[in-house]
Amino acid sequence: MRLFRFRGGVHPEGHKELTEERPITQLPLPERLYVPVQQHIGAPAKPVVTAGDPVAKGALIATAQGALSASVHAPTSGRIAAIEEHPAPHPSGLPVPTIVIESDGEDRWADTLDSVDPFTLTPEAIAGRVAAAGIVGMGGATFPSAVKLNLGRTQPLATLIINGGECEPYLTCDDRLMREQAGTVVDGIRIMLHAAAIERALVGIEDNKPAALAAMRKAAQAFPGIDIVAVPSLYPMGSEKQMIYALTGREVPAGKRPGDIGVLVHNVATAHAVSRAVRTGRPLLSRVVTVSGGAVRDRHNLEVPIGTRVSELLRHCGVTGEPARLLMGGPMMGMVLPHAEVPVVKGSNGVIALTTAEVAPHAAMPCIRCGRCVGACPVGLVPLDLMSRVRGGDLDGAVDSGLVDCLSCGSCAYVCPAHLPLTQYFNFAKGELVIRDQERRKAEFTRTLAAERQERLERQRREKAAAMAARKAKKMAEQGADA
Amino acid sequence: MNSPAPIAGPHTHAPDSIAKVMFTVVLALLPATLFGIWQFGWPALFLFVITLLAALLAEAACLHIAGRPQKPFLLDGSALLTGWLLAMSLPPWAPWWIGVVGALFAIVVGKHVFGGLGQNPFNPAMLARVALLISFPVEMTLWVDPSPFMTGTGPDLIEGLAITLFGVKNIDAVSGATVLGHIKTEMTRGHDLGASLPALYDMQAAAVGNSSGSLGETSALLILGGGVFLILRRVITWHIPLAMLGTVALLAGGFHLADPLRYADPAVHLLTGALMLGAFFIATDLVTSPVTRLGQVIFGAGCGALVFVIRTWGGFPEGVGFAVLLMNAATPLIEHYTRPRIFGRSRSGAPREYPEPAERKEH
Repeated sequence: MRLFRFRGGVHPEGHKELTEERPITQLPLPERLYVPVQQHIGAPAKPVVTAGDPVAKGALIATAQGALSASVHAPTSGRIAAIEEHPAPHPSGLPVPTIVIESDGEDRWADTLDSVDPFTLTPEAIAGRVAAAGIVGMGGATFPSAVKLNLGRTQPLATLIINGGECEPYLTCDDRLMREQAGTVVDGIRIMLHAAAIERALVGIEDNKPAALAAMRKAAQAFPGIDIVAVPSLYPMGSEKQMIYALTGREVPAGKRPGDIGVLVHNVATAHAVSRAVRTGRPLLSRVVTVSGGAVRDRHNLEVPIGTRVSELLRHCGVTGEPARLLMGGPMMGMVLPHAEVPVVKGSNGVIALTTAEVAPHAAMPCIRCGRCVGACPVGLVPLDLMSRVRGGDLDGAVDSGLVDCLSCGSCAYVCPAHLPLTQYFNFAKGELVIRDQERRKAEFTRTLAAERQERLERQRREKAAAMAARKAKKMAEQGADA
Repeated sequence: MNSPAPIAGPHTHAPDSIAKVMFTVVLALLPATLFGIWQFGWPALFLFVITLLAALLAEAACLHIAGRPQKPFLLDGSALLTGWLLAMSLPPWAPWWIGVVGALFAIVVGKHVFGGLGQNPFNPAMLARVALLISFPVEMTLWVDPSPFMTGTGPDLIEGLAITLFGVKNIDAVSGATVLGHIKTEMTRGHDLGASLPALYDMQAAAVGNSSGSLGETSALLILGGGVFLILRRVITWHIPLAMLGTVALLAGGFHLADPLRYADPAVHLLTGALMLGAFFIATDLVTSPVTRLGQVIFGAGCGALVFVIRTWGGFPEGVGFAVLLMNAATPLIEHYTRPRIFGRSRSGAPREYPEPAERKEH
């Protein structure tokens, strides 16, 4: 199959060998789980339990609110200890409403299996079961999956792309899932094809995962609509738009979504979760997390209940010395965790504890205009120019130079010989842009209100004047009649 | 656990730094430099060392005045490289003060007046070379024939020191002419290439570097080797050197075919003067050349065209310094018009459009 080479990209050291031969193992059930009500893009789910309630495994504990949201379920049985604010996996470490579950150790299911044959279901019914299971994009974007599956009915979709890129260094959770559960992943792909009424699926897997490629090819052999494609190992291949381009030669137009060019993209772990949820009726309660990095003693691919604190993972695997940096996700785009008390959520694919040597901290030097960032940018930006605009406070200039097209993939900062924190500048500017837009909207709203008030007062004045004139005229007429 | 300040990724980095870039360039220059010093003897070695020391001292002084830390900027190799390139472009037996004045001019006026590392619009070494050429034409055109170490033809240690400190005594006895200078002089006397060229130019000697010229510019092959090394190490790309050399070769080839007695052939142009050094080490200066690939091709071609024009019709026999400086001035403009197309947008910046949904028909 013909592949398309997107521009730029970098080849960071993979470090996949640390965990790629570690089979997925179960993390022992923690005593307490901290399940945030917002683990997805969209509105937070609304808790339907109260502190003290007994809860069974798989029971709904917070329900989706509005069109873009996802439900949350109890990952194990026990008692609702509290519904409180707890730090979420976010660089700010700010707390979000979290349902705390005290495990009773029994891991008792709420109901019996509700097994169905997905291919007897209508697409709406499948999307309904995916929504009920609270499945979100498990590659990290955490977009509610059922919303995406429903796109097929509003937009003509031609291709389902399954993202098995896993281009971030250290992470091997998708690799292991494809090796060990290829049948379930392929089944999920078939269910999604059926649900979105698409004929063809392309599964893009980076060629640094030969075992996963072989396992997936074997599992997909019987299904001619599903093509397993080896794509070059080039960061950021796992970026949705870059993966679409590599496989189809199509660029998602700026400001549009993949659906606008007839493509639907899901992650391999999402396909796996879809198969389980649709076939058994059981919700998404756990996920595979790679625990790796130089500061981790026994590196693992762990199946972890949602809501398990990162500290439990680190305790299970062992930490050598003081990690220089603790990350959720990979080292290119992952977020720095302020501490290890944040929970694993549906989009957490890795917990990486890096040593100082791995982080390679380096004082920033002035830009020498070497242009490597220009060569590395997969979007075609001129990062050094963008940076100088952001640094000079020229937000409009930065927008004109393509700030909103930046993926924050970090390729530019990775290659910069001056060690300039380019991504930091761009993320800062994007934040400023959001604030500015909010203020602009607020100002506009205030202006509208003021204008309306002005108009209303004017109208009242006119009406008053008219009424007065009418009264005067009437009086005059009466006087005239009297005279 | 320590909680570092919230920072964006990446949390890993390519094993690279500015110092690594600069010292790789120095390494690439080493063979041609050693050859030049060997070929021109003690005076060349003294001039080289003095120029480098002056550049480093000037850098230290500027950093001190600017209140910047000394260590990271002195050790980044940029001042060393500027001094190095300047020294390579000087006449090998030039007096010590030529090196000192040139290094001061390059570092102070060429670099720090604009704000230091990364801020200068013009290549500092070429700026200094051109300033010296205009200000001190006699000292800057003192060419000597090669008199390598260990052949007994050149000055010994004491004589060499005397040449560097007090200048050359019997100039006429040692001075020669460069190929390009010779062509220009003879042309003004009405002698065409058929008469003037064979006396001085030998293609093999020019390639190896066994001819008179600047301290580090004579060996085209060693410089070419260093340039290829830089491309392989990905410090520079092929775009600027190839465009520059290719343009000179094409123009020279065309004119040479039209009138072989008036215009020298491409080999003469490529192998003599500062062209090879300019194409791989001066025009490719990261700070002052465009950052976009297309921009680099335009920049290189512009340098090449200007070199040919100045050499052929200009007042100076050599034009690499002027050509590069003129194109340096055009760099912001070139960059503005050669920005890459943004993914998902057309060249005009509008979102791309597709007539039908993406579908793969072939297997």
